[in-house]
Amino acid sequence: MTALNPAGWRPEMNVAGGADDSATFTGNRALMLEEPLIFEIGSAGTTGVDFDDESPLPFRGGVGGGASRPPSTPDTPHPYPSPEGEGLSVPSTLLRSDPIGLPGLSESETVRHYTRLSRQNYAIDLGLFPLGSCTMKHNPRLNEKVARMPGFADVHPLQPQETVQGALAVINELAVWLIELTGMYGVAMSPKAGAHGELCGILCIKAALEARGEDRRVLLVPESAHGTNPATAAFAGFTVEDIPATKEGRVDLEALKARLGPDVAGVMITNPNTCGLFERDMKAISDAVHAAGGYVYCDGANFNAIVGKVRPGDLGVDAMHINLHKTFSTPHGGGGPGSGPVVLSEALAPYGPIPYAARYADGSFKLVEEESAGDEHPDTFGRMTAFHGQMGMFTRALTYILSHGADGLKQVAEDAVLNANYVLRSLSDVLDAPFAASGPCMHEALFSDRGFAEGFSTLDIAKGLIDEGFHPMTVYFPLVVHGAMLVEPTETESKAVLDQFIGALRSLAMRAKNGDPALKSAPHFAPRARLDETLAARKPILTWSEAN
Amino acid sequence: MPRYYTEEHEWIDVDGDVATVGITDYAQGQLGDIVFVEVPDTGAELSQGGDAAVVESVKAASDVYAPVDGTVTEGNAQLEEDPALVNSDPEGEGWFFRMTLSDKSQLDGLMNAAAYKAYCDDL
Repeated sequence: MTALNPAGWRPEMNVAGGADDSATFTGNRALMLEEPLIFEIGSAGTTGVDFDDESPLPFRGGVGGGASRPPSTPDTPHPYPSPEGEGLSVPSTLLRSDPIGLPGLSESETVRHYTRLSRQNYAIDLGLFPLGSCTMKHNPRLNEKVARMPGFADVHPLQPQETVQGALAVINELAVWLIELTGMYGVAMSPKAGAHGELCGILCIKAALEARGEDRRVLLVPESAHGTNPATAAFAGFTVEDIPATKEGRVDLEALKARLGPDVAGVMITNPNTCGLFERDMKAISDAVHAAGGYVYCDGANFNAIVGKVRPGDLGVDAMHINLHKTFSTPHGGGGPGSGPVVLSEALAPYGPIPYAARYADGSFKLVEEESAGDEHPDTFGRMTAFHGQMGMFTRALTYILSHGADGLKQVAEDAVLNANYVLRSLSDVLDAPFAASGPCMHEALFSDRGFAEGFSTLDIAKGLIDEGFHPMTVYFPLVVHGAMLVEPTETESKAVLDQFIGALRSLAMRAKNGDPALKSAPHFAPRARLDETLAARKPILTWSEAN
Repeated sequence: MPRYYTEEHEWIDVDGDVATVGITDYAQGQLGDIVFVEVPDTGAELSQGGDAAVVESVKAASDVYAPVDGTVTEGNAQLEEDPALVNSDPEGEGWFFRMTLSDKSQLDGLMNAAAYKAYCDDL
């Protein structure tokens, strides 16, 4: 591994700009700026204004209401009547009597405030974002270029369908790719993100059971599952029961088989699982569940590790959501909305939701909605969203797929797995890796807090990483590992970045083992150090007022 | 008043036909600062090993399981206001709920204090 930290700096060394030795008058530290809340700056009576060519707001005040704008003639100089004006239709009880309390800032003050705040942010565009189970990969700029093309960016879901054939073609072509990549039969494109996709898949299972006239109430979920799995099952009216894991961190097939029966609707399994391991028995699990009359839901959050390599359909999966915002690189985590299409087996596809974009023999596309569902998709369980799904994510994901091609997508999985194994094996001599002996990991490396000095925990490592300039990894998840640290590097990081991250984590692991007291108060170089998370959770203050 | 323990780190004090249930000192130590507790409603029917309450710390949300079958007679309303009681006095003021016992023989399968201590030492 390359030599890191060539200067030999250690946190215990008192450095210029360090903790206490150079307080500044402003509280700023050069480019690290101390920024108050927006309510605490500016002054009453100051406001920035922004003039449009004409106001886009609909006429709200007058008789007739609606969205029509009154004629802008000299007789009606202002389209919004003042409270004293005629034609006011707002009941007086609804009129505001107190000042609204908006901050008073000029345009330059506003711009500076948000620009200053943005400098305190961490993002995938700034560096490695190793959040396990989140697949924080680079968002290719090509995706953005395509998504911003007016033909995609400026369409409206209620436009006549003949005017948006290109957009419908994108939805349909992406659907075809997702079916191809997963070896499934159909796909529901409308779910808005992972958990919404889970609900879609589970509702398909419910509809299929109802069609069979069966009342199966139990869904089996492994202990290491994403928390959304049991939540989805419960939300859909099922009773959740745990599936035990083997010592090596995989589903206990025999225990699962023993629990199957006429009351079991199915299983929800994440593959690769949240211990970063591939469920090798997946086909046997599916066969057993099918033989017992149940269905197999697969949480596809970790699909990045197997895209182009393994087709879930071949493993007997009946439904799986795909996080376009993970595997297919559309921005997420504050950067954009999720999107969670659900691929479905032949057994479940008839129950999938409307609407969907269907392709007809003449090459045209048409949305199948309530009006035509009776003829074309009669067994659908119904609609989950107002419109057709996250269009902006569809264009990005399809761009990503087409720009990578089949070989490129396969390499995505290979490089993601290679990177995670590099992280795992480069750290397992200083951090406990509970499943290191279970074979290669998949997309993420899992460590525990075993071996830290008394009083040191995973939280200290995470806070120390902030000082090292990295976003911390996922901590305390999965729950089956004590003080879990889940690192997912993704394929988009170079070896140089990984080496620097590994070096930082090795240094932090040694400090935790040796009980370095400076680590207990990290981060030392962030705008804020250890916030009182307990107080924030117990007594949250979610609004601003002068008194606070 | 005999006190029993479960492998899921609940304790149960039995007083005649009524029992008080909470989570152990070991459990609160593992969870860290508790920020939210949801106790069952009075009258809720519980079955041994089934979900009974929810406890949330800064680290994780966990279920609290019913140590035996029975009916909830009272939830500790104080925990809603002051979940920190679970940290400061887990096996006293920080109790979760009281319940009737449908089948006293289920207590035989639980641990006593010495057995629970040995169990925790092994973890």
